[in-house]
Amino acid sequence: MQVKEYKPLIVAFCCNWCSYAGADLAGNNRLSYPADVKIIRVPCSCRVNPMFILRAFQRGADGVIICGCHPGDCHYTSGNYYTRRRMAALFSMLDFLGIEKERTRVEWVSAAEGAKFAATMNEFAETVASLGENKRLEDLRCKR
Amino acid sequence: MQKITQNQLVEKAVSLLTDGTVSAVLGWKKGEFDYDITPAVFKTADEIKENFVWNDFCGANFSKYLVAQAGKHEGKILVFLKPCDTYSFNQLLTEHRFDREKVYAVGIPCEGMADIAKVKELVGDGIVSIEADGDSLKVSTLYEDAPALVNAKDVMAERCVNCKSKKHVAYDELMGEDGIVLESNRFDEVARLEAMTPDERFAFWQNELSRCIRCNACRDACPACTCEKCVFDNPASSVENKAPANSFEEKMFHIIRAFHVAGRCTDCGECSRVCPQNIPLHLLNRKFIKDINEFYGEYQAGAEVGLRAPLVDYTTEDLEPGEVFDRGDKDA
Repeated sequence: MQVKEYKPLIVAFCCNWCSYAGADLAGNNRLSYPADVKIIRVPCSCRVNPMFILRAFQRGADGVIICGCHPGDCHYTSGNYYTRRRMAALFSMLDFLGIEKERTRVEWVSAAEGAKFAATMNEFAETVASLGENKRLEDLRCKR
Repeated sequence: MQKITQNQLVEKAVSLLTDGTVSAVLGWKKGEFDYDITPAVFKTADEIKENFVWNDFCGANFSKYLVAQAGKHEGKILVFLKPCDTYSFNQLLTEHRFDREKVYAVGIPCEGMADIAKVKELVGDGIVSIEADGDSLKVSTLYEDAPALVNAKDVMAERCVNCKSKKHVAYDELMGEDGIVLESNRFDEVARLEAMTPDERFAFWQNELSRCIRCNACRDACPACTCEKCVFDNPASSVENKAPANSFEEKMFHIIRAFHVAGRCTDCGECSRVCPQNIPLHLLNRKFIKDINEFYGEYQAGAEVGLRAPLVDYTTEDLEPGEVFDRGDKDA
């Protein structure tokens, strides 16, 4: 039997105004980051509902990263401040339930930081790959 | 064991009803068994004299019932609030969930409620009646001739052992003496879990949450869960009205529910009281409360009307989500 090579699947929620443009810049500059990172564009990082994160894990993501504008630079003035509080609470809760804390992350990436975007994704993909498959929040019905 | 007696409450309810201050009374009545006390709305003095009950099993938090009942009756509705209920009362007022003008709140002292699961552990099944007798409970069972005497302190519900406050934060009238905010050890169990390794914690919660049958009792009883339309009632969500199909669905429901009440939960402990599977759900809420206290400063939801919940607020100096784990590095 052929063993399928394990490749981590990473979902990146990127805010439309900063991080999505940052990812675009990374592409324009020919910076490489893993193709396993699937980017989902959201209007603001605070659009990310905790359900999105759990849903991503359910559907087979091994890591979820939320990227937004730097605090103070939010297009909507204060969205990422709310993200910061919410995600701090949520990640702490996931850790409390015994889900590996390295699988979730929040990073602030501006539209000018293509290099930071690529570096963050490379580093995060490596971290998640070293953890292996997401077993603690998986749904076997969603396994491909 | 309760300092205030049933007769005093009945008298108060009847007098307020007959003098027209209120037109309905929200109180407790006996359910199937002595320990199975059900909330009820009384409209006449006769009903109250006949059915009104007050004992160690009157745990139900009436604040949530006001969302449906306040304004439904002509004039005001009388509600009896234990100290912990008054916090939920304030929290619901903050969220504009009922009309304060339609409610006449009477604060009553509480000495802690009994947990029937603990009684059953000591006495066994087949309980036919339970009577308060000084500081103990007289429990008669089908199988024993003489009733067993149980010390009320030994069967006190977990939330009452770690009671956070005997002080009423909202009332129109107070019966008996008001208490004080207590120094409780309510976060000890959370801290014990935090000190475990992630693997141990995962095993602990897997064991607890796998018992969940998704009866939604925790949600239905929770005074913070008052949304007209709940996300878990969405037919398109694939998790509506059904038992969890696997470990993911069990965890998802409880993570999301705890998150939705985070910062608004007053730690009244209703979720754990009503859970038919005895899952310690209050630990999830307490984890959020403990975190919020540590990250953003001490906050007690419902301590006064109009407080801004920490998760709908921010400062520019908040800690980063990644820094959450670096404090004292509990997992190292």
